[in-house]
Amino acid sequence: MKNLIEVKEIKKDYGKKEAVKGISFNVRENEILGLLGPNGSGKTTTIGMLLGLLKPTSGQILINNLKLEDHRIEILEMINFISPYIELPKKLTVKQNLYVYSKLYKVQNIEERIEYLSEKLRIGELLDNVTGELSSGQKNRVSLAKALINEPRVLLLDEPTASLDPEVGDFVRTFLEEYKREKKISILLASHNMSEVQRLCKSVLMMKNGKIIDQGKPDDLIAKHGRADLEEVFLKLSRSKSELN
Amino acid sequence: MSLTRIYGLFLRHFYLITRSFPRILDLVYWPTIQITLWGFISNFFATHTTYYNNAVGVILTCAILYDFLFRTSIGFNMLFLEEIWSRNFTNLFIAPMKIGEILTSLVITALIRSLIGLVPAILLTSPLFGISILDLGIFLFLLFLSLYIFGITLGILVSSGLLRFGPSFENIAWSTMFLLAPFGCIYYPIETLPEIFQKIAYVLPLVYIFEEARNILINQTVDIENIYNAFIWNVFYFSLSITLFYYSFNAAKNKGTLINMGE
Repeated sequence: MKNLIEVKEIKKDYGKKEAVKGISFNVRENEILGLLGPNGSGKTTTIGMLLGLLKPTSGQILINNLKLEDHRIEILEMINFISPYIELPKKLTVKQNLYVYSKLYKVQNIEERIEYLSEKLRIGELLDNVTGELSSGQKNRVSLAKALINEPRVLLLDEPTASLDPEVGDFVRTFLEEYKREKKISILLASHNMSEVQRLCKSVLMMKNGKIIDQGKPDDLIAKHGRADLEEVFLKLSRSKSELN
Repeated sequence: MSLTRIYGLFLRHFYLITRSFPRILDLVYWPTIQITLWGFISNFFATHTTYYNNAVGVILTCAILYDFLFRTSIGFNMLFLEEIWSRNFTNLFIAPMKIGEILTSLVITALIRSLIGLVPAILLTSPLFGISILDLGIFLFLLFLSLYIFGITLGILVSSGLLRFGPSFENIAWSTMFLLAPFGCIYYPIETLPEIFQKIAYVLPLVYIFEEARNILINQTVDIENIYNAFIWNVFYFSLSITLFYYSFNAAKNKGTLINMGE
């Protein structure tokens, strides 16, 4: 499997503050990589740089072997993002929103694509509803439909199930697993839900103070640190004074 | 009534204002602009009571022209602000759109918005006041074109500020037109302004546009130089605004504003 995301020694400074301190990692095709770390550890900054919203102070990002700084538009065509902190225009109906983003991503068979995603994400009955009037769970599924509208090869997920009830959360996780398997996409998942990470991710990166302090398969990390689950590993690493394992 | 809670809520707004230069500027800005604009208008009418005697509708025509400029500029800013208010900003900037495509789309949408507001205003002036802005003839198109370009230019400049400074720049978005109104000489000739203000006015396209509108309606002549000057300044400011927008976009990418569009 080839690497779809290659991050090489990226740094991001805001003046004197070093938000990300030269991290490197890869995400292979058909892989979900978990990005873990306490608040302020540099996860969102890293995702921002992968999306081209932030310019790294140094280092290089390649998506599908293309340099992000030289091929921004081509890369954005094959990537998408979901976060509870961004929303779709509230006054538009669900279908209008999906139609608008289909146009922005130059989707060819728009009706077909919307129909496919509506069926998969169970939003068919919501298409004519105003987006701002949807429940959190419904909005989440609609945002996911928007994030998949361009059939991305790389999906960046920032807390994709935050604030969802267990049933909807489980639905989204199951959907992501199946979709990744079917389309062989790469997913970078930033989450504070350790059971979600343990279930979805083949491997994880632990970030703290802008650095990667540990990485590996969830089960290997649990065994290495002698803890019962990933949450305990997270707590141990977050609370440790040393930044390196 | 709890004084502690009242003080708490006061602090919430006080901290917000004192941490944001655009918000402080906004507090001083409005009274200054209103007094300056109406001071010049009053001064002009007090000393030139017969100026508009034979040109009924000049003021109304200038008001419609100014409103078109206002609608175009605010319309452009609104489109940008809508994305921030709806928290859709990030979605837009991670879509595979070139900056030129975003700007072109907003420019076209702002034009349609302005025309929707303009047409009823033009149609109403005739039956209500017996005045037709169409009296400006073929040159009306050139004046509107100049105003449209300048309105868009202001919109792009303010959007650059929003990109660079975030939503705290929003108040400036609403008030740019009022800042320029005294210098635009919308309702009075440029001679009404003090000499130092005249120098500022002459480097803005507005003064040429409104001087020419009055010239056509009052003197029934056309001074092509006014239209030419307005065009030249428009080209200069439009180019400047595009350059600044690209600069602000890059600055926002360095600063992180694109992923952190809060208050």
